[in-house]
Amino acid sequence: MPLLESGQPVADRFTAVADDAVLPDAPALIPLARIASVDAGRNAELGVQVTSSTAPEAIAPYLDRVTLVAIEFPKFRDGRGFTIARTLRERYGYTGEIRAVGHLLPDQYSHALRCGFTSAVVPDGADLAPWRAALQVVTLAYQPDVTGSDPLDGLRRHRRYG
Amino acid sequence: MDIADSFAELAIPQQSTRAGIYHYDAYDRAFLQERIAEFRGQVERRLAGALTEDEFKPLRLMNGLYLQLHAYMLRCAVPYGILSSQQMRQFAHVARTYDRGYGHFTTRQNLQFNWIKLVEAPDALAALAEADLHAIQTSGNCIRNVTTDEYAGAAADESVDPRVYAEILRQWSTLHPEFSFLPRKFKIAITGAAVDRAAIQVHDIGLAVKRDAEGRIGFEVWVGGGLGRVPVIGNKIRDWLGEDDFLAYMEAVLRVYNALGGRENIHKARIKILLRDVGPAKFTEMVEREFSWIPKEKFRIDPEVIAAIRAHFDPPPFAVLPNAAATLAQQVAANAAFAAWVEHNTHPHKQPGYVSAVISLKPIGGVPGDASADQMDAVADLADRYSFDEVRVSHIQNLVLPHVRQDELFEVWQALATLDLATPNIGTVTDIIACPGLDYCSLANARAIPVAQNLSERFRSLERQYDIGQLFLNISGCINACGHHHVAHIGILGVDKKGEEFYQITLGGSATNDAAIGDIVGAALSYDKVVDAVETIIQTYLGLRTSAAEKFIDAYRRVGMAPFKDALYAVA
Repeated sequence: MPLLESGQPVADRFTAVADDAVLPDAPALIPLARIASVDAGRNAELGVQVTSSTAPEAIAPYLDRVTLVAIEFPKFRDGRGFTIARTLRERYGYTGEIRAVGHLLPDQYSHALRCGFTSAVVPDGADLAPWRAALQVVTLAYQPDVTGSDPLDGLRRHRRYG
Repeated sequence: MDIADSFAELAIPQQSTRAGIYHYDAYDRAFLQERIAEFRGQVERRLAGALTEDEFKPLRLMNGLYLQLHAYMLRCAVPYGILSSQQMRQFAHVARTYDRGYGHFTTRQNLQFNWIKLVEAPDALAALAEADLHAIQTSGNCIRNVTTDEYAGAAADESVDPRVYAEILRQWSTLHPEFSFLPRKFKIAITGAAVDRAAIQVHDIGLAVKRDAEGRIGFEVWVGGGLGRVPVIGNKIRDWLGEDDFLAYMEAVLRVYNALGGRENIHKARIKILLRDVGPAKFTEMVEREFSWIPKEKFRIDPEVIAAIRAHFDPPPFAVLPNAAATLAQQVAANAAFAAWVEHNTHPHKQPGYVSAVISLKPIGGVPGDASADQMDAVADLADRYSFDEVRVSHIQNLVLPHVRQDELFEVWQALATLDLATPNIGTVTDIIACPGLDYCSLANARAIPVAQNLSERFRSLERQYDIGQLFLNISGCINACGHHHVAHIGILGVDKKGEEFYQITLGGSATNDAAIGDIVGAALSYDKVVDAVETIIQTYLGLRTSAAEKFIDAYRRVGMAPFKDALYAVA
């Protein structure tokens, strides 16, 4: 399934590894539950996949060992993933990749990016045009977000000209 | 280049600068255009089959578009209930062009159009945007339009103007990236007056903005109130929240809710259920813990920002006047009908010589909250002439001219009387709140509107209404309680019994400082028994009150349910 960054398809260097399969000596994405048993001396990159009901506190102890956190959206209406991503960024200062997997709509793409997601997996054969367009449709925002760019901080514009 | 800077030169308000409303700047307008373009694209993708109805539904709901029994309904936002006369005229225009010439003002201070076509919805939104109006977040599982006191900025009993913070909340909550797919809808109400006219204790978050002894501004924070099938009074989780931490704290409450609110069962998804399940103490602790690590500086609203927003709500250019007590007294003495209207349909103003005038949308036998396009235009004209271009919508489903000169009140009343908008019944038994009910709503179990009309007819005599005194009677057509029946002195809830409309009656509710959920009297009654039942309840009250000064609610609290129940269910 295509992986998008900034609206563009990119290669996915991670391989999803099932619970009991052998970890390759290459970037591997594993369920969060497995990380405790992974050799701490492993050199290749590691990513963890979490469900939308995972508390960020449960991910936090491993953030210095992973370069990818993949957050599942079981249903696009389930907005918990936004809070998880934002908490990883704002509370724990995590700077690696955060990936949305599962049922996300293009209409939620910019929400996701503003909450700290950097990539999204879209279904095979999905029309990528709405995903690209989503980044240009609503460009103005009113509230602070994790991107930290002041231009998006619409409320503070009042400081400049009232 | 900073986007906000690039709008700086365009920031001159294009609307009348007289009305004390938040005037959109170029940033707000550009945002609105983007949002309309986005929705147009979503409608096109839906029509092309690229979005399933399941996927499209939350998107259209966040743009105010419901599918009702007979047609789409467009719920337009009236941010915290404030409209300029120009905006009211635009509502009239949309009513004529895209609907059937009327609209329905709601308990959330919004305006609903009931006969919208899906293909025309983006055009209707574009027409609304011409007057800086929209339907953003009037529905869906997101932070809804913030509501407040209909006399905000005018009321004599106000200590801090809540509009400033309502506007900050509007901006903060608009397309919030984290909180647009919540477990369920989320409603915030704010008051700044001694008397709570915003029903803050029955909202997901209720805020009372106030000053401390040093004059600093802060907030009392109530969480977890709500109506619907589990009516509950909120819990106060903060007695004082400093202005600096206002948004950071809102983020904390919403984050706890977004992470932990129920998502399995739609009926157990509101924040009140989470609060009940974990308990108020634990819930408060969770919010405070979340708040403790939120980057405060990021959410601190600079004093200049608050000052700039407050400037939008500067008082209009009031004339320096004495209170016109003598003139009014003469007019009142000479005209009994005017006297009645002044007594019931005005509210004390903080500015000497002025008063707020309530326009009743509850004519005898009418549909509560409905206004025709012609009435909207006429109200807009009156607002231009007598109230600094400004109109308010109350959660009781009436309109308000907030700033009327006392020495012009008689003219205003005369003009309203010719428009059938001068019914002097504010706060009486005929000032009924009613949801659209089964006449329109796909969720309803029973009709609400004809029940309201029949009750209004039964109690049409003003003499009787005034003898009964203050009485809030609210009707909901289903358990979702859009008609706020739980918090009425007399509440009526429509239920379905094997395909027949039945009505359950509650007594003793209140939506203000002494908020309470009404108690169910007994078995539900059939449609044709409701008016007589209310009559019986009121006769019982009249018979047992200690004097005419004892209001219905006070009498009920004194004597309890028994006399009413006995009278209602006495063996015939």
